[in-house]
Amino acid sequence: MTMTRRELLTTIGVTAGTGAMYTAMASLGFAQESSYTGPVELTGDPGGARVLVLGAGLAGMTAAMELRAAGYEVQVLEYREKAGGRCWTLRGGDTYTELGGATQEVDFEEGNYFNPGPWRIPYNHHAILDYCRRLGVELQPFIQENHNAYLHRSDAFDGKPQRYREVASDFRGHVAELLAKATNGGALDEEVTEEDRALLLEALRDYGSLTEEYEYVMSEETSDFRGFERWPGGGRNAEGVPSQPMDLETLLDSRLWRWLPDAETVHHQQAIFQPVGGMDRIAQAFEREVGDLITYNAKVVTLHQDENGVTASYVDAQEPGEVTEVTADWCVCTIPFSILGQIQHNFSGTKAQAISTMYYAGGFKAGLEFKRRFWEEDEHIYGGITYTDLPISLISYPSNDYLSQGGGVLLGAYNWGANAYQFNAMQPEERTKWVVEYGSRIHPQYTEEFKTGVSVPWHKVPWVLGCYGIWEDRERDYEETARMGEGERIALAGEHLSYLPGWQEGAILSALDAIQQLHERATQ
Amino acid sequence: MNPIKTTILPFALLAAGMATAQENLPPVEVPEGEPVSEFRTFDPTEEEFENFRGAGNIPHEGGEAVYNAVCSGCHMPDGQGAVGAGEYPALADNELLAAPGYPIYMVVHGQAAMPPFGSLLDDQQIADVVNYVRSHFGNDFVEGEFGEAAPEDVAATRE
Repeated sequence: MTMTRRELLTTIGVTAGTGAMYTAMASLGFAQESSYTGPVELTGDPGGARVLVLGAGLAGMTAAMELRAAGYEVQVLEYREKAGGRCWTLRGGDTYTELGGATQEVDFEEGNYFNPGPWRIPYNHHAILDYCRRLGVELQPFIQENHNAYLHRSDAFDGKPQRYREVASDFRGHVAELLAKATNGGALDEEVTEEDRALLLEALRDYGSLTEEYEYVMSEETSDFRGFERWPGGGRNAEGVPSQPMDLETLLDSRLWRWLPDAETVHHQQAIFQPVGGMDRIAQAFEREVGDLITYNAKVVTLHQDENGVTASYVDAQEPGEVTEVTADWCVCTIPFSILGQIQHNFSGTKAQAISTMYYAGGFKAGLEFKRRFWEEDEHIYGGITYTDLPISLISYPSNDYLSQGGGVLLGAYNWGANAYQFNAMQPEERTKWVVEYGSRIHPQYTEEFKTGVSVPWHKVPWVLGCYGIWEDRERDYEETARMGEGERIALAGEHLSYLPGWQEGAILSALDAIQQLHERATQ
Repeated sequence: MNPIKTTILPFALLAAGMATAQENLPPVEVPEGEPVSEFRTFDPTEEEFENFRGAGNIPHEGGEAVYNAVCSGCHMPDGQGAVGAGEYPALADNELLAAPGYPIYMVVHGQAAMPPFGSLLDDQQIADVVNYVRSHFGNDFVEGEFGEAAPEDVAATRE
């Protein structure tokens, strides 16, 4: 008898403990989704060494929390009046002033919110999930893929949005039919053995809900996937009436298939989560741990290191005047390079090059509150995402408070590139006007139900000047920039020092790597 | 179907005055075979039609239009720049704009936190916007010793 992989692992777990099991799992191809292998262990006494942490986003607060626990004396400098950085949520009563001076006053109902930055956490982002676990941040499922949401292009189906399930089912069915025809027609005889051809045909029939003759047609079976003309019910007159699939040419020409794989990348596939109440619940949880270490409204203006330590100076972010100098033995700098590049520093070589050449992506998001949850009430869309070729790119429905009375907040736009630049150049009311205008082409209820909106183009965000860092030449500069060089006392961290740009997981993993390097130096 | 048509079409119809924006007005007349949704929340002005014509490029023509559609987001409508944790430099009264080579390079390749716009703007657009900032906001360099930026200068900078 051969053991299954699971049986083998259970045996190892029982006899050798979980550590051995983890190693065994890794060698068998499990558990390699992240470099996170559990809470960081910083053993050895740093002897009260002082660490200056620059930035109180997730990277900075991770570093501060773990370094204090390891025995360091920690001080954190933060530009904003609160912690979190891009881990940020806007709620009713909040105000936000962007570069250029425009202030938006958020007028959402109690309980409604909008995450201008990160908004979801995939199952394989082990580090941030573990911090949520340790810090007691409650998570709930984020609906990424909703078969009842829409796919929309202005030039397809007369601009009428199509249900995701119809496009997905029909695309799968037609592709299965074509492949079955090709297989039966002998087109694959060179590629597939006779035995496998039979298996392939069987698989295609299952996969595409094909008939005995390998055709994708209107039927109860195909309607079980794409939806019915009249849905099955109960009581009298309850029999379902199948719906007619769209033909292959229409489907291909529509180009709606381009969004089908979006929810299937490892960063978007189920299970994927959001914190209950807004992404900044994570920031708040960290802040509860390390808030006493943070100096707020501190705008760093210089940063220097030498063989003896680190010296930084800062001014008040609102009323710059008096310069305060801070010294420490070590430093974890999480300041985005868009800003670090403008601070007087003495990095050199590759690091200086990376700092001065990293540019920041533009990204734009808008949160719209409507007087009622018409997407649920009228269209039976509970969470998930509608994709469109309009400049708003997508509409995402709240993955929480389903069926509740009162208003709800949609993500009304989330775009990049040329569209984001143009939204960035607009004032808040103008942005909202366009977002509502475009969204109304998918949901006509917008016109009647719109209540208020708030939007954030990331190039106008004062504390980061962009959305996430883009390397001029990552292959050339990354490793050396992420490594504490010989004699250096500053470790760099943040999402920009990860291969998960823009993800909170990247920020935390880079912070953990930075403090491990720092700790190794400090306890040598 | 031509993908380029996707976002142009509704605006083209709007431009032709076929759409209505005010509430309670009759729905848009839809020419046969021309897809457009009938809902409108406002009437974009002629200038506004220029927005968002393509996800991968900036449709605006002329230095002022390009500046207002893109550059003004960070350098601000008055060219004064903005200051946060870091800053966007002011273009107003900026001697660095005296010769066209530097601003052309900046727009094409980006620098520091500034993204490159070489793939979003064509040679003419870049030359136009460079000349615009060199002749506005207190700058008077187009008439100066270095003269105008030409599309050919932009093309050379791309290489």
